[in-house]
Amino acid sequence: MSDDTLKDVPAKKGMFARLKAGLKRSTDRLADGVTALFTKRKLDADAVFDLEELLITSDLGPGPARKIAKAIGARRHDKDITPAELRDVLAEEIAALLAPAEKNLLITDAKPHVILVVGVNGGGKTTTIGKLAARFASSGRKVMIAAGDTFRAAAIDQLKVWGERANVPVIARAPGSDAASLAHDALSEARNAGADVLLIDTAGRLQNKAGLMQELAKIVRVLKKQSPDAPHETLLVLDATTGQNAVAQAEIFGATAGVTGLAVTKLDGTARGGVLVQIVERFGLPVRFIGFGEAIDELAPFEAKTFARALVGLETFGPDA
Amino acid sequence: MRPLGLKAFWFRDLRFVMFDALTERLGKVFDRLRGRGALSEADVTEAMREVRVALLEADVALPVVKDFIAKVQEKAVGAEVLRSVTPGQQVVKIVHDELAAMLGSEAQGIDLNAPAPVVILMVGLQGSGKTTSTAKIARRIQMQQKKRVLMASLDTRRPAAMDQLKVLGEQTQVETLPIIANQMPGDIARRAVTAGRLSGYDVVMLDTAGRLAIDEALMAEIIAIRDLVKPHETLLVADALTGQDAVNTAKTFHERVGITGIVLTRLDGDGRGGAALSMRAVTGAPIKLAGTGEKLDALEDFHPQRIAGRILGMGDVVSLVEKAAATLDADKAEAMAKRMQAGTFTLDDLAEQLRQMRKLGGMGGILGMIPGIAKVKNQLAEANLDDKVIKRQEAIISSMTRAERTKPDIINGSRRKRIARGSGVDVSEVNKILKMHRQMADMMKEMKKGKRGGLASLFGIGGGMPPGGFPGGGLPPGFGRK
Ligand SMILES: Nc1nc2c(ncn2[C@@H]2O[C@H](COP(=O)(O)OP(=O)(O)O)[C@@H](O)[C@H]2O)c(=O)[nH]1
Ligand SMILES: [Mg+2]
Repeated sequence: MSDDTLKDVPAKKGMFARLKAGLKRSTDRLADGVTALFTKRKLDADAVFDLEELLITSDLGPGPARKIAKAIGARRHDKDITPAELRDVLAEEIAALLAPAEKNLLITDAKPHVILVVGVNGGGKTTTIGKLAARFASSGRKVMIAAGDTFRAAAIDQLKVWGERANVPVIARAPGSDAASLAHDALSEARNAGADVLLIDTAGRLQNKAGLMQELAKIVRVLKKQSPDAPHETLLVLDATTGQNAVAQAEIFGATAGVTGLAVTKLDGTARGGVLVQIVERFGLPVRFIGFGEAIDELAPFEAKTFARALVGLETFGPDA
Repeated sequence: MRPLGLKAFWFRDLRFVMFDALTERLGKVFDRLRGRGALSEADVTEAMREVRVALLEADVALPVVKDFIAKVQEKAVGAEVLRSVTPGQQVVKIVHDELAAMLGSEAQGIDLNAPAPVVILMVGLQGSGKTTSTAKIARRIQMQQKKRVLMASLDTRRPAAMDQLKVLGEQTQVETLPIIANQMPGDIARRAVTAGRLSGYDVVMLDTAGRLAIDEALMAEIIAIRDLVKPHETLLVADALTGQDAVNTAKTFHERVGITGIVLTRLDGDGRGGAALSMRAVTGAPIKLAGTGEKLDALEDFHPQRIAGRILGMGDVVSLVEKAAATLDADKAEAMAKRMQAGTFTLDDLAEQLRQMRKLGGMGGILGMIPGIAKVKNQLAEANLDDKVIKRQEAIISSMTRAERTKPDIINGSRRKRIARGSGVDVSEVNKILKMHRQMADMMKEMKKGKRGGLASLFGIGGGMPPGGFPGGGLPPGFGRK
């Protein structure tokens, strides 16, 4: 795959195509925009407005985009600024907002440290579990996975494949069985086996489905009954392509399942996951991991700075970054 | 005002809770606009700024928003508009018309008008809902159009993706192409079309692996498959909760693969539906179907005009009227309306209303279609008023004696206990029903006196009253507005 064909992909080639010739990955709209709009330009009111719009295209949401753009404008008002400088400033600003979320997941010696993975359908829960299992296992931990998505067709088979890839046992029951009792049994089994980490998959659910959310709450209750500290982590998987609805996801999953950390997936696409800025600000949730591909090693701990730089197009996730 | 003269035809409930927030925000802007006698250009600009934010918060992609605002602004500041007697109303109409234009006009279904086997290629990002949508569409074509459908999964990437389609095929009783391990997507596609031809299938549906629009290798793969199978329909399956990226994805898929339609999934989520507007706007391809739930029959036609109406707070009036016409018992409704006009509203009437409400798909189903009621609906959603609750309420009433139902005043403490026991609920629930009945009866009287309580008070929001229903079992007062 050549760089040239890559550049052809986003297809909208305007008058500024030349300016981007030097960029490695030109697929990022924000990077394009910054390059296009701020070359040899004063950071005046118009420029701040453009900056705001560029942040909007990264899903920051109109409110936060405006706030950040204005803050930068106020500090640099009417100064000349090159595109590269501006991107740095922008990245720093966003990194500062995300910094409080940079708290990596620590595995306690609870034996097992129970990680319940929740989120909407198709967000990347199962894939993330596979990646996490491999990660924890490679650091020498004894890991087990519970196939708690008993609803979606072939979800259990999917997880079993991940279990094989990560070389980790998967505790499963027949499709359609009760997820809460499976979680209960898996915890006993993992405890008896002396596992360090138990990853529990769950069926995807939209947060506005009260009934399904209650089922999730029940899984948490059942785990707590068995071990008051469990789950030690409730990881909400957010798909970076999701727009402002991710805020509601964080809020409602947070309230019903007691989310303690986030994982953001699909950052290898053109979506930037800017809504995370709002989520971190509002709920103060740590972001544990980012996912940037379908392969088992395409997962990394969250770093505010890297994330922010990718958000403004200075860096990309993924293999050819 | 009742739906009597309307032709009742096959209609399925659109349980879209999407768009509510957008409706609410735009509603505020519109109220302000309408409330003004005169409008200056600056007023319009100000209003458009608010519309812009409303659209952006609803996840409509920025380029689409800008385009939209520019068009509306240009038309709205025209002299005829500003100097008209009702400038605000005119601006609102312009917004409405532009939004409707953006969503497209007619509902467009899947086109099967081609020599068999008609190939339908499903494409989209990872996790957008392709496999589920494939099964839903196949099921619908097979059941409604009586066509023989074959499904095949070309998803050799995601673990167990092919098994997933196979299981869905069993659940929907749609045939799937036997899985052969380690076959390449292109080979599977060829095999599927050949099987389709040789075994006399009318339709062959090809589910494919999720792919990013910037994944050059995978985009090349899907293009090669397209060239091989020459699909009659290429459907982009996209998540309605998508944010700004909707334009990148839709545009690239359209330009590279060429899509004939969009299937929007998760319209039963509480997202704001901006992706619907964005994708249609950048591709010009119609949104053909909407996924509205996890069940395999949760697939709806997408009626752009109705959605436009709903977004703009005009309510999905057509859907409601159709639905009411199709489900309500007109004679009973009329009889009830008469009694109510006479100021009598018994517990039997309440039970009848509950029953009809359940037929209409519960409060959620109805409220989504009523003008300007998004907020009320949210409150009700929080109150958890689903079918089960309604059924329980009906059960309570049916545990009462005839005398109790017509003269609720006689229901004293011991009778309450008996009713509770009979229907297997707490006494407090019986009390709730009685209170609800009392409040409704009072409201009926109020309305009889000609005081317009508005829908919110009709549904007793804030008063802690569960769903009321419409007097006469028909449509709410003031409903004829369109
Ligand atoms: N490109 C990309 N795809 C991903 C990523 N994480 C998950 N996926 C894909 O998204 C789809 C849904 O993932 P899955 O784990 O099944 O989601 P779940 O329904 O939440 O369990 C699958 O096709 C995955 O391969 C990621 O970081 N990048
Ligand atoms: Mg899963």
